[in-house]
Amino acid sequence: MIAELGLAALWLAAALAALQLVAGALGLTARGAVLGTIVRPVAVVQGVLTLLSFAALMALFWQTDLSVKLVAANSHSAKPMLYKLAGAWGNHEGSMLLWVTIMGLAGSTVALVERRLPERTMLATLAGQAFVSLGFYAFLLLSSNPFERLNPAAPEGQGLNPLLQDPGLAFHPPTLYIGYVGLSVAFSFAIGALITREVGPAFARTMRPWVLGSWVFLTLGIVAGSYWAYYELGWGGWWFWDPVENASLMPWLAATALLHSVSVLAARNALRTWTMMLAVVAFSMSMVGTFLVRSGILTSVHAFAVDPERGSFILALLLINIGGALALFGLRAGTVTEGERFAMTSREGALVFNNVMLSAILGIVLLGTLYPLLAEAFGAQVSVGPPYFNPMGAVFVVPMLVVMGIGPLLRWRRDSLARVRLSVIVPLVLMLIAGIVLAMQGVAVLPLLGIALAAGLVVAAFLPLRGRKLRQVKLPLWGMVVAHFGVAVSLFGMACDSAYTTEKLVALREGDTVAVGPWQIDLVVIEPVAGPNWTALQATLSARYDGGSAVKLQPQSRSFWTPPQQTSESALETRWNGQLYAVLGERGEDGRWQLRLWWKPFVTMIWYGGILIALGGLLALIGRVLSDLRRGIARDKIAYRKLRQGR
Amino acid sequence: MSEFVKPKHQRLVLVLIALIALIGAGLLAAWALRNQASYFYVPADMMANPPEPDRAVRLGGMVEAGSIRTAADGVTIQFVVGDGKERVPVSFKGLAPDLFQENSGVVAEGKLAANGTFVADNLLAKHDEKYVPREMKDMTEAQARAAVAETQ
Repeated sequence: MIAELGLAALWLAAALAALQLVAGALGLTARGAVLGTIVRPVAVVQGVLTLLSFAALMALFWQTDLSVKLVAANSHSAKPMLYKLAGAWGNHEGSMLLWVTIMGLAGSTVALVERRLPERTMLATLAGQAFVSLGFYAFLLLSSNPFERLNPAAPEGQGLNPLLQDPGLAFHPPTLYIGYVGLSVAFSFAIGALITREVGPAFARTMRPWVLGSWVFLTLGIVAGSYWAYYELGWGGWWFWDPVENASLMPWLAATALLHSVSVLAARNALRTWTMMLAVVAFSMSMVGTFLVRSGILTSVHAFAVDPERGSFILALLLINIGGALALFGLRAGTVTEGERFAMTSREGALVFNNVMLSAILGIVLLGTLYPLLAEAFGAQVSVGPPYFNPMGAVFVVPMLVVMGIGPLLRWRRDSLARVRLSVIVPLVLMLIAGIVLAMQGVAVLPLLGIALAAGLVVAAFLPLRGRKLRQVKLPLWGMVVAHFGVAVSLFGMACDSAYTTEKLVALREGDTVAVGPWQIDLVVIEPVAGPNWTALQATLSARYDGGSAVKLQPQSRSFWTPPQQTSESALETRWNGQLYAVLGERGEDGRWQLRLWWKPFVTMIWYGGILIALGGLLALIGRVLSDLRRGIARDKIAYRKLRQGR
Repeated sequence: MSEFVKPKHQRLVLVLIALIALIGAGLLAAWALRNQASYFYVPADMMANPPEPDRAVRLGGMVEAGSIRTAADGVTIQFVVGDGKERVPVSFKGLAPDLFQENSGVVAEGKLAANGTFVADNLLAKHDEKYVPREMKDMTEAQARAAVAETQ
């Protein structure tokens, strides 16, 4: 019954999306204007219906209703409740329903709260949002129905991939999806503005919170995903340039560029067409990401089931949406009037540079990700990895970060480097000293550049606060400072990890000792342990840092029985200056146990930096929303006063 | 106001700069991809047409029965990968993936050493029925029968 209810809600929501599209489009014409009035209420109801549908799916997973095909294929009655619920989106159909739900809720929010734009632009925006949603409704209802029944019901579920049974992963996909879908709102705003030719600061201010919000979620999603891969896969790395990782990085790069260009548009009314273009590209990258992950043309732990029909469906959606948007862009870009001018050496100039570099990095990542697919079309099987991405990325990241240190110090419109010369001396000197010291240590080129840049940027990030009264600094400025500081922190972590990590791969008997970096590690005992749906062999290690007191690490080699699969559970010991990382391998014929150990100085800075970046975005978002609210209240007061005077 | 270029020109200049940067990035990427992409080999290809010694490539095939040996250090393993036509000895130092076993498919990432041994720095085994390296899927369809026939 719940499943049928969920499906009915979904069909109804799709019908409302169609209505929203037609009413929105007709509302733009003179004769259909009256239809425009129903668009906002329809969008709100549509959001509520998608939420209802998603709640139905959650309920089915809660009960482990094995007469539903999706539950039977992905859940198991013996699974912990958190993973039963997370199982609702840990699969293809459920995750697409989550996508549609977030999209419906985003549409509702836009319809409820946005009052700043001309009503015609709003109609076009909501119609655009409905158009994009319709494609996804069709996809869900025609080829990936999450509520499909199984007759007869399965006696027991098949379980969830053990790699995915992890608390971090319960929240990783929803976080990323909120980011992806938030960009669809920015996309719809851009479509709306292009249709009505209302591109300007007011439009940018409306779009900005959505871009900021989705950027914050994307950042958090990527940070969480990276940390998950780091401790769950047991390979000691935190970024593998896996196509699925790239699929989340590309929208982030585009959103980062968009975030900066939309600020230029809001503050200075410049970069109009470029911002439109980026809004289209950012959501396109979300869709490309979804296509890569969901179509199964790539293999990874994320590519759940290979189904060519679904791949073609998403590809068709991708082509229709992006093609349509680009065609509209091509038609209208010429008629969007030129924005304000600026000199090359100016805040705008620095932001343009940042945008171009980010776009170049995006291009590098996109090419590297798609190249194996292109090559396969010509019969060659290749894979592209760190030897391509790291140096190619660095070519553009390094100049971008240098400009990131200087750009915020420049004035809008026109400035000279001579004016900021004195300010940047401290970070420059720091960079040079760090570079020389590291070169004498014999650190490789990329990590050296990374640490030296990070040293400079840590100081440069705070320079925009110089000469200001800290209590009067507005939240968005704090946001920028915190986010740029986060970039420096994260960069420091990445560079330290690649420069100073020490690794040991050994075979030990119980009672043996091994040294890794400053650590002394004893293998105390190996014993079997059992969990709710697994059994494991667990090593107990006793580790001393620099002769200090002993800490206990317990890496495991786990065997799950539904589905039958082995995983390694790594053990981590975190200190302020790094992490000790232990993985248990197999027992050799001679009775020794394989152990893989890493000492990774400052590796945690990577994720702390990422969290700081997201926090910066959040501060800016709060600042913008608060000032928008204040402005809105002031406007209402004036309107109220006028009304009373009129009487 | 001479520093400001004419409006039309400013847009043009910006577009040109962006285009040049992006095309530059594209060309650089294309060049790097030609040099850095790691190609996939099956043992027959690798014997017929060995890759340059320093080039990172991937080798896929079946782990031959009875070929896995552990070296004295307890963490280096040696085994032979075959495709029913040719055989390549592989050495790998590290923790083998859980489903790495004899008579089962494997993809090894690494370089071919001068002595003809493939030195792997990573092994990918069949994880579960939902996660099969692409190359291995093709290989098992095309060559599993030959591999099985040979091992029988």
